[in-house]
Amino acid sequence: MGEITQYSYFPGCTLKTKAKDLDRYARSCAEKLGAELVEPENWQCCGGVYPMGSDEIGNKLSSVRALNDAREHGRELVTVCSACYHVIKRVNDDMANVPDIQKRANNYAEFDEPYTGETKVLHYLELLRDRIGFDKVKEAVTKPLAGKKIGAFYGCLLLRPSNILQFDDPENPSIMEDFISALGATPVRYQMRNECCGGYRRMENPELAQKLVGKIFTDARNAGCEELITACPLCWYNLNSYEGPDKLPVRYMTEVLAEALGILDEKPEAAELDGVSCGCMQDAGKEA
Amino acid sequence: MTPDEMKVRDYILKIYDGDVTKCMHCGKCSASCPAYGEMDIKPHQFPSYVAHGEIAALMDSKTIWECLGCSACVERCPRGVKPGKLIDGVRQAVIRQRGGSHLYPEQIPAMVDPETPQQLLVSVLRRERK
Repeated sequence: MGEITQYSYFPGCTLKTKAKDLDRYARSCAEKLGAELVEPENWQCCGGVYPMGSDEIGNKLSSVRALNDAREHGRELVTVCSACYHVIKRVNDDMANVPDIQKRANNYAEFDEPYTGETKVLHYLELLRDRIGFDKVKEAVTKPLAGKKIGAFYGCLLLRPSNILQFDDPENPSIMEDFISALGATPVRYQMRNECCGGYRRMENPELAQKLVGKIFTDARNAGCEELITACPLCWYNLNSYEGPDKLPVRYMTEVLAEALGILDEKPEAAELDGVSCGCMQDAGKEA
Repeated sequence: MTPDEMKVRDYILKIYDGDVTKCMHCGKCSASCPAYGEMDIKPHQFPSYVAHGEIAALMDSKTIWECLGCSACVERCPRGVKPGKLIDGVRQAVIRQRGGSHLYPEQIPAMVDPETPQQLLVSVLRRERK
């Protein structure tokens, strides 16, 4: 598999806590595919939602610091969590194209060189497709998921606004379907794969989240999906906590990748690792 | 519009940084909105409320808390109005006031379960508090 390429890797708050499988399989699969994910020191939570107010600076600084750290190491910045990707990529666009934000954020951050959006932000799916290549992923598959009908759940954060995220066609995306194909499974397209799961309204209006997720499951099941995959911990939570008809199993995309690459742990140890430090998690990822 | 209302409207327009006069009331934003049924003032009504200075109604609306921030309206607006960003501008103007927060940390324990992801906590607190 050629030489190892290093990428800066921003795990985000939830991959250190509730979404440990998303994190550890991202690391172990990348390693198997010839990419090393290097976690920056002292990264801070992205905040979960992009601060839309045009005058907001403070809430963007954690992203700016992560982006600058990647630049200083000469690496591209990879995220798996849809929210981290969304926030960091939009902040990067601000730093490249909005002079007012660029100036004020740099005044605040005091880097050696002003940061002006130089770092390339990649979602893990883009790392697989554009850097490693889905053909190489396919070659590395040892347990093809043949016969499985898998639906991709994109949700909102990866796709919109498309003029800034430039991730995929916002109304008819295909990257996750191509990923599913590379693993030997059959991707099933359904209309509601780019709809909102209810997001943070789950907290105060759980009935709305249930209603939206129910529609998504019904649409996916009617299209022939047997399970769904997602890259977003909040989508995962909202989908998995649904109680109603048409519910399907929902897994993290990296877990499905690990299964196809033959490195899936039968017994996840995430529960035992609650509260442990970052270093321990890296070790756990390597063992997987 | 009173001078005070004008001041608040200008503040919202500054946070929003868009052009409400571009809206042609086609309703595509409201048709796309997954939270439409939860809202009292609908997304396609926001630009004209702002243009006509009916700011207090927007600041008191249920809509500003029900918006999911999913950007379906922003993506599909044929005139680049960014209705979700305007709704967010009104919400920002509310939470930046003294005592304007919508959610308080002491309310959180009753709303979570053992699986609640941190992403949900940080997202909701960022949207609803200053």
